[in-house]
Amino acid sequence: MTVVSMTVNEKPVSLDVEDRTLLVYFLRENMRLTGTHIGCDTSQCGACVVHVNGKAVKSCTMFAVQAEGAKVTTIEGLAKDGKLHPVQEAFRDNHGLQCGFCTPGMIMTAVDMIRRKGVMDRETIRHELEGNICRCTGYVNIVSAIEDASKRIAGAAEKVA
Amino acid sequence: MITYPFTYRRAKSIAEAEAMLKAAPEGKLLSGGQTLIAAMKMRLANPPELIDISGIKELDYIRVANGAVAIGAATTHWEVATSADVAKAIPALAHLASLIGDPAVRHKGTIGGSVANNDPAADYPSAVLALGATVKTNRRSIAADDFFTGMFSTALEENEIVTEISFPIPEKAAYKKFPNPASRYAMVGVFAARTKNGVRVAVTGAAPCVFRVPEMEAALAKNFTPDAVANIKVGADGMNSDIHGSAEYRAHLVTVMAKRAVAEAA
Repeated sequence: MTVVSMTVNEKPVSLDVEDRTLLVYFLRENMRLTGTHIGCDTSQCGACVVHVNGKAVKSCTMFAVQAEGAKVTTIEGLAKDGKLHPVQEAFRDNHGLQCGFCTPGMIMTAVDMIRRKGVMDRETIRHELEGNICRCTGYVNIVSAIEDASKRIAGAAEKVA
Repeated sequence: MITYPFTYRRAKSIAEAEAMLKAAPEGKLLSGGQTLIAAMKMRLANPPELIDISGIKELDYIRVANGAVAIGAATTHWEVATSADVAKAIPALAHLASLIGDPAVRHKGTIGGSVANNDPAADYPSAVLALGATVKTNRRSIAADDFFTGMFSTALEENEIVTEISFPIPEKAAYKKFPNPASRYAMVGVFAARTKNGVRVAVTGAAPCVFRVPEMEAALAKNFTPDAVANIKVGADGMNSDIHGSAEYRAHLVTVMAKRAVAEAA
């Protein structure tokens, strides 16, 4: 057992966990943040994507102890003051989900790619989505949602500037 | 899926990692963990101790000097793929890194881990071999030609830690990969390079271990064009054969990917 300390959604947390605890279980079972999903559990589907120190990672392929001192953001940490994140808004407006199981991972991946790449064409978005699988095959609207979100975020940044 | 129990230790320096490894005869090094953790979850690997070297600052760097790009072992695929220095010196290497796994995997996986693991379908071994790179460890420097010894096997000895991969900057180089559409692993990947010391062609994904194709290298040394390799076939004997492709199919792809790599490099 090891005491692990990290910041999850801007809240400091310290818990004594088994060394073999995967980050996804730490989030879901120890912290009861069940928005992060376990799909394939083999690092392929991307339902478990969270941000660790600002970068998208698959939380099923990382131990909680590796996140010692890290800033972790999950899907629950995106909305601020009851207002959805622009990517969440865009997924709702574009019907970027069907069953919704892959959605938390899709959104966390989308936020990460928009941060890195800004406004993207659909081909780039599809390439960036290679690590996320939607078993409803609802990719068309997911890509539209991300395209829309990237423009909204760029537009908001312009207004601020 | 849950791994077998193990004890986790975090090393802050190469010296500390060495000491921890010595004290843990069955222990394994953990870097990005994108292969090792998956194997541990499948319970194909059961190290009683994990020594995490991913946070060692002296292993995380990209330096271009003396005609070579030196990359610290704990440098992530993402860092290599997005490095302006790598893109300028060896664009084929930055491109190769951008094709590994997916963005989330690239944020964690490291060059040292990939090279030390020597997965038959990993991308990096082809660049290491084709560019005639040097693998540096806590003890010595190993030439690429001596490093990869077989499937998941390398010249690394007990308690030896990869610290850096140094790639001589080639005159021309390109990497062409035929990815498995689901896993993105290389069904066949060919790295072709014209270097100061001659032409080198390395193939990954096709066989149990990365290998060079001397016939292609000889032909390209005379004439560095796709036509020079168009009629050079590698045999299907010893090629990988699985649900994704037969040995014959992979052997065929070697020529196709070699042509494309040379076309892009030339």
